[in-house]
Amino acid sequence: MNNHKFALARRGLEMLGLMALACVFVFPFFWIVSTSFKTLMETARYPPSLLPENFNPINYAAAFASNNFPRAGLNSLFIVLAILVLQMAVILPASYALAFKKSRLEKPLFALILIGLMVPDQVTFLPVYLLFSKLKLINTYVPLIVPFAASAFGIFMVTQSFRQIPKDVIEAAKLDKSSSLKTIWKILLPSIRPTIICFALFSCITHWNDYFWPFAMTNQESLRTLPMAVAKLSSVDSVKQWHVIMAGNTMLILPLLLVYLPCSKWIKRAFAYNGVK
Amino acid sequence: MRFFRSHAALLFLLPALAGILIFIIYPIAYSFHISFFDWDMISGKKTFVGFGRYEHLLGDPKFIQVIVNTVVYMFSMVAVTVALALFLAAWLNKSSLVHNLAQTAIFTPHIVSTISVVLLWMWVMNPDIGLLNYVMEKMGVDRLLALFGIKKMMWLESRTTALFSFIVIGVWKTLGYNTLVLLAGMQSIPGQIYEGAALDKASSLRKFYKITVPLLSPSLFFLLIVNVTSSFQTFESVNVISKGGPLNSTNMMVHWIYQTGFEFYRISDSSVGSVLLLLIIGLATYSNFRLLSNKVHYQ
Repeated sequence: MNNHKFALARRGLEMLGLMALACVFVFPFFWIVSTSFKTLMETARYPPSLLPENFNPINYAAAFASNNFPRAGLNSLFIVLAILVLQMAVILPASYALAFKKSRLEKPLFALILIGLMVPDQVTFLPVYLLFSKLKLINTYVPLIVPFAASAFGIFMVTQSFRQIPKDVIEAAKLDKSSSLKTIWKILLPSIRPTIICFALFSCITHWNDYFWPFAMTNQESLRTLPMAVAKLSSVDSVKQWHVIMAGNTMLILPLLLVYLPCSKWIKRAFAYNGVK
Repeated sequence: MRFFRSHAALLFLLPALAGILIFIIYPIAYSFHISFFDWDMISGKKTFVGFGRYEHLLGDPKFIQVIVNTVVYMFSMVAVTVALALFLAAWLNKSSLVHNLAQTAIFTPHIVSTISVVLLWMWVMNPDIGLLNYVMEKMGVDRLLALFGIKKMMWLESRTTALFSFIVIGVWKTLGYNTLVLLAGMQSIPGQIYEGAALDKASSLRKFYKITVPLLSPSLFFLLIVNVTSSFQTFESVNVISKGGPLNSTNMMVHWIYQTGFEFYRISDSSVGSVLLLLIIGLATYSNFRLLSNKVHYQ
């Protein structure tokens, strides 16, 4: 009986610990939203109030009206989708060829991919910027989209999962005399669907969040992306308008959370589990 | 058609190859090239100076401090994050609803943009009206700090704590990712191995050190490489919070490269920075491989 009580107490303690842990990571998000509805006066109050006295949705209007905010949102959306479409167009054929066709390019390309996996954007941006400025393409969408088309990570992931398709599945399709295009469409692509979904989620989230690359590649307001517009909110005034900044921040985070909460299993897999296999 | 059949593989590979060559290989080669020249942006004149810019920069204490900051940040990030993640993964490695919720919660910062996280923590770490100092006051930590003569934590404003605060922010953002990678690794360890140990009546701590950690070594090794690379890439926090201040105490390589190239128009120096950053990342990765790859157990 005593033992039982002890186990129960231990379980309770563990639950409490887990809840505290989750709080450390979730409460700050609540804090962003809570601040976004306060007035400037209320944000400056100490001790801080947990919930806003009155809900002021006007902060959202203020954030929305600043820094070309709606345009930045549309830019972000367009860039994310364009990158994804282009990536698919480059990655799928390349990975297919790497996995199934013999070619002299295979080995050098794979070596390049491994280098590409290691080299961060922050090392390459300057020459890329100079290149695009020579081509007079700075201040267009091109530098924001095209450099990501041949994603080394994507090619690596998709090639690996093509290679994991059992040989007999492919042989069976060949015996059926289905054309190779039909084989690709009906058999190969469906069997790597999980990988494609994972990569698409990974790519969209990464580029939606990206700050460094668009920051370096643009100097025109009309091409700014959402993270830039939100960051700009904090650099305008000497007295920080925390309520407006957090309203902007909420608009940047909300679309992600709306995708993350229902698909958390997929997203966790896209980001973390791929690293292991 | 016949041409297409025999060269299909080539055609399929070409766009990928071109992309990687133009946007990764060419920039690296170009940076190397430019780093040996003195390039005056105003007259547009390039003069070959060999290792001149390298010597100049490596003799500049301000630049050395940037390197030191970057390396200190990297070491702290890797050590703290991996240690905490190992602890959390061991704790969260059960499948109950609450455990799953906790996993989802700690992973959230990883998918949110760094800009959001940085703005959030600037607000939370505000010394006068921020949440963090308030929570510390409520928990009595401020009285503990008072013993050391610290009246108020000036998280991001003080030279002594600014880099430390960056590390806190960095750990908060990446801990969930690290934990999840380790959890995935733990779940792929076959259960029979533990059953054998249970027969031997091994304590759970012993099981952890003798079985879990060695069998996790591929994941740990992977995380080491990823964390080293990603912590060298810190840009947002420096750019938005501090611009490298106070007194250069938080400036790091990537931000320095950006500033030098795009704000001060010293393209050659910026290229030297890029080359050095690439060398440091390469060296760190290589030495990890050399030192540790024979200690990694692949099942």
